Amino acid sequence: MGASRTADPAGARAHARAMAGTRTEAMPTVPATKAEDLPQGVDPEAMLWEETIGTGGHAAKELTRGARMRLIDLRGDACVSMLVFNAERPAERLNVADTVKVQWNAYLKAGRLLLSDMGRVLMSLLHDDAASHDPFCGPSNRRTPGAGPNWSARPNARERLLLGAAKFGLGRKDVHPCINWFKGVRVAEDGTISVQTGPSGPGRELVLRAEMNILVVLANCPHVLDRREDYVATPVRISAWRGPVTTLDDPIRNATPESVRAFLNVEEYFRR
Amino acid sequence: MSKTMNDSALAGLPSRILLDEVVPARAPWDHLVRSGETLRILDLEGNQAVDFLLYSADDDTERYSAQDTIAAQGNIFLRTGTVLMSNEGRPMAAISATTIAYHDTIGGACSCESNTLRYGHHTKSQHACVENFLISNARHDRGKRDIVSNINWFMNVPVEADGTLGIVDGISAPGLYVDLKMLMDVTAVISNCPQINNPCNGFNPTAVRVVIAAEPSEGR
Repeated sequence: MGASRTADPAGARAHARAMAGTRTEAMPTVPATKAEDLPQGVDPEAMLWEETIGTGGHAAKELTRGARMRLIDLRGDACVSMLVFNAERPAERLNVADTVKVQWNAYLKAGRLLLSDMGRVLMSLLHDDAASHDPFCGPSNRRTPGAGPNWSARPNARERLLLGAAKFGLGRKDVHPCINWFKGVRVAEDGTISVQTGPSGPGRELVLRAEMNILVVLANCPHVLDRREDYVATPVRISAWRGPVTTLDDPIRNATPESVRAFLNVEEYFRR
Repeated sequence: MSKTMNDSALAGLPSRILLDEVVPARAPWDHLVRSGETLRILDLEGNQAVDFLLYSADDDTERYSAQDTIAAQGNIFLRTGTVLMSNEGRPMAAISATTIAYHDTIGGACSCESNTLRYGHHTKSQHACVENFLISNARHDRGKRDIVSNINWFMNVPVEADGTLGIVDGISAPGLYVDLKMLMDVTAVISNCPQINNPCNGFNPTAVRVVIAAEPSEGR
């Protein structure tokens, strides 16, 4: 056996430091101002986050009110489960039931809101060329066929979301009902659901706007009803940047009586 | 309320009645129900939404999950045969019988806050199901983080082809019921819905009856 290069601290340090500069697909760009995929018209200095979440990966981030968050389904087969919390008081969180009930519609698309359980808007959907999303099925879990624990090559989405939330001091009670982006569900008259598992064309894109100071937790795992034998969740690129707080004349704010009141409740919350 | 065996409201239940109570209009209720026991909820006057959650008695971070239940059966409606799943993908209870075509689990619970969105800020002071869930959960050291998407027994929420949905006139009637056979020890939590701004209670909240029954051979 030859002498190990990592037998002493100096050797181990040199070995560790030699990795610097390695590029892989699933990684953040730090600082975000050096974003490789700068959104059109965005000043690099306004960038808050650029990260590609690979197959089975997860990430979490705090975003301030007004920030934009873009998700790109790079190869057309991502499934991004998302939790959203009020970062200032995380007992307030996304409520999928209120989101569909208050807006009188099950299908998320551009112009729709993500509502909290406190009657406020957490995020609004500015742009969406997928229009195929799922507020009904939730994340996969340890008992989902083909899904394994966090330490396996096929992690389940629920435990990914738990890890992301746990890094902000949250726990199992905080993995609330989620939204799955890019894998749509349609409901038949008798209640039967069908899942649009894809694959779809590459490059489908969503842009969301943070309407409060929020924490988002994301996991990119196969949809709970995706019965393909392979573990399919192709990489998704996340970008976020600073943006203006929604103004009183915003068309999404003023689209419906319910949206006006949801924004009024947000504006009241920030009257401090 | 009669507890005699000739009470037709008890027909079809196991013979040993462990509990038989009326939950007043607008009130919360919770009770331990053991694996193997049956919980019957009776809509006494018709079209009374009963908001409902389940928590595992052993570990209450495991609780009813509307999303896992929908995914497991591939359908948003709860009918006879539906298995209520937990957030960990485990069966908690099965609908062993129900005399109504289907129940809801996508509409969630009314809250003072969501009422302000749906109806206007004049409804903020009205009692709501989330308040009832908080009251019940506070008795067990649970709080707001424990409130998840719930079941609405006897509530009707159709989804149209373009995704349009809403709480519409009910399909329940006096005396209709749902039986839940428990598959683990659970705490069942009810909010007897106080909503008066939509048709889920026929604009008139009323009492419901809850019965817990067991086979003579079963424990406690």
